[in-house]
Amino acid sequence: MHAFSQLLDGLVYTRSRNAKLALIADYMRSAPDPDRGWALAALTGDLSLPAVKASAIQAIVAERVDPLLFLMSRDYVGDLAETVALIWPKRIDQPAEIDDGSLGLAAVVDRLMRLGRAEAPAALGEMLDHLDASGRFALLKLATGGLRVGISARLAKTGFAQAFGLDVDAVEEVWHALRPPYAELFAWGLGGERPDPRGTPFFRPFMLAHPLEAETLDLADYAAEWKWDGIRVQIVGTGQAVRLYSRAGDDITATFPDIAEAAHGIDAVLDGEMLVRGEAQGAAEHGGSAASFNALQQRLGRKNVSARMLADYPAFVRLYDLLIDGADDLRALPWEARRARLEAFAARLDPARFDLSAVIAARDFDELAETRAGARDAAIEGVMLKRRDSPYVAGRRTGLWYKWKRDPLTVDCVMMYAQRGHGKRSSFYSDYTFGCWSEEGELLPVAKAYSGFTDEELKWLDGFVRNHTVNRFGPVREVEKTLVVELAFDSVHDSRRHKSGVAMRFPRIARIRRDKPPEEADTIATLRKLIV
Amino acid sequence: MAVYSAFAAVDGTGAAAYRLFVMAARWIEASPKGIYVRPADAWIDPSVPVERALVTHGHADHARGGHGTSWATPETLAIMALRYGDIAGVPVAYGETVSLGPVDISYVPAGHVLGSAQILLEHAGERVVVTGDYKRRDDPTCAPFEPVPCDVLVTEATFGLPVFRHPPIGQEIDRLLGALHAAPERCVLVGAYALGKAQRVIAELRAHGHADPIYIHGALERMCDLYRDFGVELGELYPATAASAEQLRGKVVLCPPSALNDRWSRRLPDPITAMASGWMRVRQRARQKNVELPLVISDHADWDELTATIREVAPSEIWVTHGREEALVHWCGLHQMQARALALVGYEDEDEG
Ligand SMILES: [Zn+2]
Ligand SMILES: [Zn+2]
Repeated sequence: MHAFSQLLDGLVYTRSRNAKLALIADYMRSAPDPDRGWALAALTGDLSLPAVKASAIQAIVAERVDPLLFLMSRDYVGDLAETVALIWPKRIDQPAEIDDGSLGLAAVVDRLMRLGRAEAPAALGEMLDHLDASGRFALLKLATGGLRVGISARLAKTGFAQAFGLDVDAVEEVWHALRPPYAELFAWGLGGERPDPRGTPFFRPFMLAHPLEAETLDLADYAAEWKWDGIRVQIVGTGQAVRLYSRAGDDITATFPDIAEAAHGIDAVLDGEMLVRGEAQGAAEHGGSAASFNALQQRLGRKNVSARMLADYPAFVRLYDLLIDGADDLRALPWEARRARLEAFAARLDPARFDLSAVIAARDFDELAETRAGARDAAIEGVMLKRRDSPYVAGRRTGLWYKWKRDPLTVDCVMMYAQRGHGKRSSFYSDYTFGCWSEEGELLPVAKAYSGFTDEELKWLDGFVRNHTVNRFGPVREVEKTLVVELAFDSVHDSRRHKSGVAMRFPRIARIRRDKPPEEADTIATLRKLIV
Repeated sequence: MAVYSAFAAVDGTGAAAYRLFVMAARWIEASPKGIYVRPADAWIDPSVPVERALVTHGHADHARGGHGTSWATPETLAIMALRYGDIAGVPVAYGETVSLGPVDISYVPAGHVLGSAQILLEHAGERVVVTGDYKRRDDPTCAPFEPVPCDVLVTEATFGLPVFRHPPIGQEIDRLLGALHAAPERCVLVGAYALGKAQRVIAELRAHGHADPIYIHGALERMCDLYRDFGVELGELYPATAASAEQLRGKVVLCPPSALNDRWSRRLPDPITAMASGWMRVRQRARQKNVELPLVISDHADWDELTATIREVAPSEIWVTHGREEALVHWCGLHQMQARALALVGYEDEDEG
């Protein structure tokens, strides 16, 4: 565990990308198997362990530390895992602050994988006793599933590739066909054969779009499609097996058995938007309507889907792209050529479950702008612009794909509560709850927002919170209800979770309105009028 | 700020509470500007100029200029003179006792920095110890802390939270040297407080066999000279500004924390930025300071030392001066000890930790 916790510490403190890569590469070369495979999975976010709940961690620390001293410490440190890692008093027979070397990373992972909920606290406590503060931090982050070290999966893979002189894109290509602790990958790194992923339904990284800022595009070079408010999905079929993957590469096949069933037998990789049948967004003129994101949300995150769910919220996929068709990898072809193949392919699919994302007919960019502006009534999020000759490449590549969202809605709210942020922001009060006025003149929470501000504004907001705290509830501070903030958001819908009855989608801070008295903030009634 | 009521306590919940105390040492008053010893008409570490000041140690937040007369150890007076020019001072060596009015006053080593002292006040059959800043770890640059049994212990609480547990300094020096040797083409730039921390890091490096020249920022020079005048061995030190980037490769360079990220450091050969401070134990603190190599080296007592010292000295009452006093007061309560927080102002715990 020591080498792994030192690697994590190094990654936290090291600033330069090259130095981070060197740290990862060093570790990957020197750590034993299968420790390094598990470490690689942890760094890329591919290690999924049954998460130990924060409450269980609090329970074990409560057995050894006075609760108030713990609360004060946590309020100071900010992060739960770090607080426990620092405060953990060892058993009297253990040497202080030393990682005794008895716990290897692989053994820890193995133990965490098998832990039942009931035995988790005691087992964790026992492991904590063998570690130093860095090791305890690493263990707790692994156990709670929150190992964020501020590096991307791509950087971790690049570090791995660098360790063994491999090409990172070649690593990426086989990555999703392999499982931790990646024995085949390390064997390849040490001079063995490159793993062959054919025959397994593995995930390919999505192509993503940049937001369109002020630029104007020539529609001779770019094709436009509607931007639908669902979730991006990749359908991978090998002829025998079918898998559905979310944007992050999570396997969501079990959540959408209706789609998986309809895709059975295909030998292809498709990219599209998962949606639910309905009328809320779009209409026939946009290539068909779909229900709101809220309706789709009823289907998300479920491992077992009832027949009732399937009937009430029938899912379908609006297809954007075709990456692989049988033995042909189409990703290097221009978008136009892939589109032609997609149209032919889609014609063979069940129309109840699959349709094509329509290409918007517009003579020029101005006409497109007009069409886009008109789409607000149809509750469409915006448009996508895709370079007609663009290959399908992983990630965001400048100049190829753009998303052009309609302008956000805004509302003036009053700050009510604040909490410290995470990671880099843990010393700042950076997570805020905002409210609007009810009919009775009461402020009710309508949104939580923790983005949209500059570093300068964050400092100012943090100062405001500290100087205007009226109450504390654990880590949450209630503030004087005097600060008006303009929130931007994409849409608003009914919500039973909030007392206000409304919830916003993608709320973020647009402007701090120090000029505005709180009485002049908006009412919930105003907000309700924006529900579509 | 309102003048502090001598009987107000801040209990562990963070809410102000008013408890009845057995009133020990009524002849000492805590006010926001310092601790006032009424029968001696003298202030301990006052934050504003006063006629008679009893100074625990040379850090700027404890030893201020402009007092009529300052009583302090000879080392502390020398440090004050370096900072403020000529000052009217009465030297009191460790172990000596002076009388101011009816109060007997002695200076006892605090182990914090060169010349640092706890002040023992004896009057009306009561013994009061004001620790000033202190630590219990070995430090080759100053005399070790001596526990003094007393009725009232007035203690600091800079690291008064149980998350603060300083590792052995040898481990941190090993990490520093490890980083230095792993990147011989770079240098390690260590941010260290000019009084105490810098000299301690140098002396510990020497004790670990690091005999290479060490380069120092101009702001550290006079203090290092003063330490040497008092017989502290620091080995070969050179001004960093006079050295070329080539000479600095593979070397340790020391500067005050404020110079870590400023233009001064741009001329160094790709420095690894280190910082020697007890605050470095908390990740986000180190990240905020842009530190790549956080060294948890502190001249203050950590939580275990604070609580162990209270148990060892076994006072009937504990007053907590500055730092995270709420937690320490709460701990005392848990252990059936009378404690209260004094609302003193003007002590900065951030930089010197
Ligand atoms: Zn000090
Ligand atoms: Zn101090």
